[in-house]
Amino acid sequence: MGPLIKLIVLNVVVYAILKFVVPNVPGSAPLPASLVFLYMMLTTSGFVIFATVSAESKEAFWGPIQRFLTGENIGGLQALRYGVLILFPLLVGWQTYNSTAVSDAPPSENRTIHPAPPGEYTGLSNPISKTPDAIQQGKGFYAAFCSPCHGGNFDGKGPAARGFNPPPANFSDPTTIAMLQESYLFWRIKKGGVGLPIEGMPWKSAMPRWEVELPDEWIWKIIMGEYDGAHQSPRTWE
Amino acid sequence: MRHQGGWIQRLLGSGSVHGGTLLGLVMAAGLLSLPALAFGADAVPPAATEYRDIPYVGSRNMIWIVAQLHLLLAGFVLGVPIFAWLCEVVAWKTGEKRYDKLAKEFTKLLTSAYATTALFGGILLFLLISFYPKLMNYLTDIFFPSFIVYCLLFLVETATLYLYWYGWDAMQDGGKKTFHIFLGFMLNFFAFFIMIVPNSWATFQASPVVLAEGSDLARAWAATWNPTWWPVNIHRIIANVVLGGYICGAYAGIRYLSARNTEERDHYDWMGYVGNFIGVFGLLSLPFAGYWLMREIYQYNQQMGITLMGGFLSWLFILQAMLIGVLFLGSNYYFWLGITYRIPGSEMKYRKPMLAMLIALLLCLGVWMTPHSLVASMEEARKMGGSHHPLLGVFGVMSAKMTVANLMILVTFMSFIMYWRAGKQETAGWAKVAKAIMGGILALSAIAVIVLGVWGYFVPALIRINYFSTTQVLVVLGVMLTITPLTALLLRSAKTTTEMVWGKMPARAGYALVLNAVMVILLMTLMGYARSSSRVHWHVYGVLRDTSPYAYSPALGSAAAIMALNTFFFCMIVAFIFWVATMSDKAKAPSASTKSELPHGMPALAGASSALDEPKVPKF
Repeated sequence: MGPLIKLIVLNVVVYAILKFVVPNVPGSAPLPASLVFLYMMLTTSGFVIFATVSAESKEAFWGPIQRFLTGENIGGLQALRYGVLILFPLLVGWQTYNSTAVSDAPPSENRTIHPAPPGEYTGLSNPISKTPDAIQQGKGFYAAFCSPCHGGNFDGKGPAARGFNPPPANFSDPTTIAMLQESYLFWRIKKGGVGLPIEGMPWKSAMPRWEVELPDEWIWKIIMGEYDGAHQSPRTWE
Repeated sequence: MRHQGGWIQRLLGSGSVHGGTLLGLVMAAGLLSLPALAFGADAVPPAATEYRDIPYVGSRNMIWIVAQLHLLLAGFVLGVPIFAWLCEVVAWKTGEKRYDKLAKEFTKLLTSAYATTALFGGILLFLLISFYPKLMNYLTDIFFPSFIVYCLLFLVETATLYLYWYGWDAMQDGGKKTFHIFLGFMLNFFAFFIMIVPNSWATFQASPVVLAEGSDLARAWAATWNPTWWPVNIHRIIANVVLGGYICGAYAGIRYLSARNTEERDHYDWMGYVGNFIGVFGLLSLPFAGYWLMREIYQYNQQMGITLMGGFLSWLFILQAMLIGVLFLGSNYYFWLGITYRIPGSEMKYRKPMLAMLIALLLCLGVWMTPHSLVASMEEARKMGGSHHPLLGVFGVMSAKMTVANLMILVTFMSFIMYWRAGKQETAGWAKVAKAIMGGILALSAIAVIVLGVWGYFVPALIRINYFSTTQVLVVLGVMLTITPLTALLLRSAKTTTEMVWGKMPARAGYALVLNAVMVILLMTLMGYARSSSRVHWHVYGVLRDTSPYAYSPALGSAAAIMALNTFFFCMIVAFIFWVATMSDKAKAPSASTKSELPHGMPALAGASSALDEPKVPKF
């Protein structure tokens, strides 16, 4: 099997894994096209690097391509060569047109999940002492106000969660609230989706602005309850 | 806010639309109102101009371009003397003249680049004073003492550089050579301070420390010793070495591609190797310094940390991963080409390890480049249940990124060790044991890095950042500090089975060197923008607000276009400098293609002996 065929087979295999195997792993989901493209590019780059490490492997890989493209001793493949030389620019043109043409499909999102908080919220620390009572109270407030969306198990799967896109945050995921300081959560709960800055758009959050419903003390307690219930710790520097 | 410049544009615009009538009216009104100025001057003093602008380009873009070019040139000018001096010391200690020749060649590039750097520094200063008088007044008020120090440093640095360069040939023997080495040391000593003084001005803008009271000196010192000053100092000094190494590598690559005789081919092949080695040497430690800097920024101000790492600038870090990935791949590729072409017959022996290392690098790069929040269409996001992929989303956070960065450093280090050992046969009785120990250390450290990385998801961020990430770094450094001397010891008694042949590298090796240099320049323009724009709408974060019309962050695409333009301009400037620097060499170069003195083998770090095969026609 020639190197060029190997490259095609490798790409087909990687594509099949990304498209059909990874999404079917328990707990997984289909990969977006941007990620599939990224991994395919890495695969192809890796193959080209390895194929050109020595003169022999480079000749085996690139020689036939070069001869075909330059028409050097390719005999009956001349017609195919002309076909490729005509079709390839057309393919590039079509791809360019396709990616720039006006479409009724919504554009791909580049959503910022964690926009920077306003200065007045940075550096705030939780004024409530971390006592079992305070945590328990926080969990109670959480159950009343937050769990319908964020779930009784803090996993973002509350009964109302199905109605939202994007879905409510999963606090038990170590890549969400565990990465943030308590002051960040305080800002997000207090101001909700409507209070997010324009720099983070499109942020798309249906989070209510809880400052109109809850006193600050309750919000701080909810934060404690969230971290405790999700078995996570807030980011600190001490 | 007082802003000048807009009226210039309006005047220019009105001239083109309404012809001379409006312009004439304006001038007449201006002349008639002149006497009124005399009365007005006493009544209301004119407000100080805060900003000026220029049409079409815009003052911010102009400053951005000139500052970036000055910084890149300065990085090169401050990085090159470090290894030029080290090469001279090696030549002095070992008596190998080719190192002295290499050091001199590096310094030759330095002299022509130095004047250009100063020129861009001067242009930058004039532009800053013209466009941002309010900011410059504020900074001058705080940093006046260090401005004086900087001027003095520049004087002594320039004098030292002149003595170092022009005295090279005259100070070759005995005590004079010792004095020349001392001059080289002083050149680096002053250069270090020339770097850290302006670093204090730039870092002050991001993490200011402002004393309301105290003497000028006390205020300047407090402002200098701000929270991000030393992290930036350390990060920049390493980055300068990386930049200098890769640019010298690129210079060697281009000279190699255009070499007219075997002597040139051999010399520039070797110089390319040294440049790549220096670049890799710095690159291995650069992520650690970068991580420390980001940690300090995050700790200094949560808002700035999130803007960079989780907010609208976080995409820059995905681009950074891509550029660093290409740099790692390019550097390893160059090592592998070296094994294949410089050590004939070793290709088949090392093909499998090369494949294994390549796969490891690609897997790591795949993880590093996977964003936490993915770019997805509405339908794709719905299927994933949000912007995070439920399975691969774990690759998007620092625990994963730190792990793969450390693994890539380990792989690159092993790539170098493989290159070093290629063409040698260990003869020591304890060689098998030593190799088993090295293999064990490598395997255990890789496992330790991965375990700490996975464990990092299940501990508080503080533990991960302060202990796990630090341990990962120490493990990798430990591997380097153990395996390097062990390999050196092992190779001391080793037998050379295949001689290293210089000047046989294919053309793509030269292009790989150029690619690495372009990647590192792009990387510096990218992260320079990230550091600067993390201040968002502040000149001095939280202290002096930017009230100009440019107090907004450009879209990432627009910013990337300027970064690309800066990279292009810098490459053109460097090409011009190199062309000027080598003009006389080309005029003097003999036309004969006879082979004269060749570089006698590799330095200890590269392994093989000095005996060379007869030159063969390279197969590209």
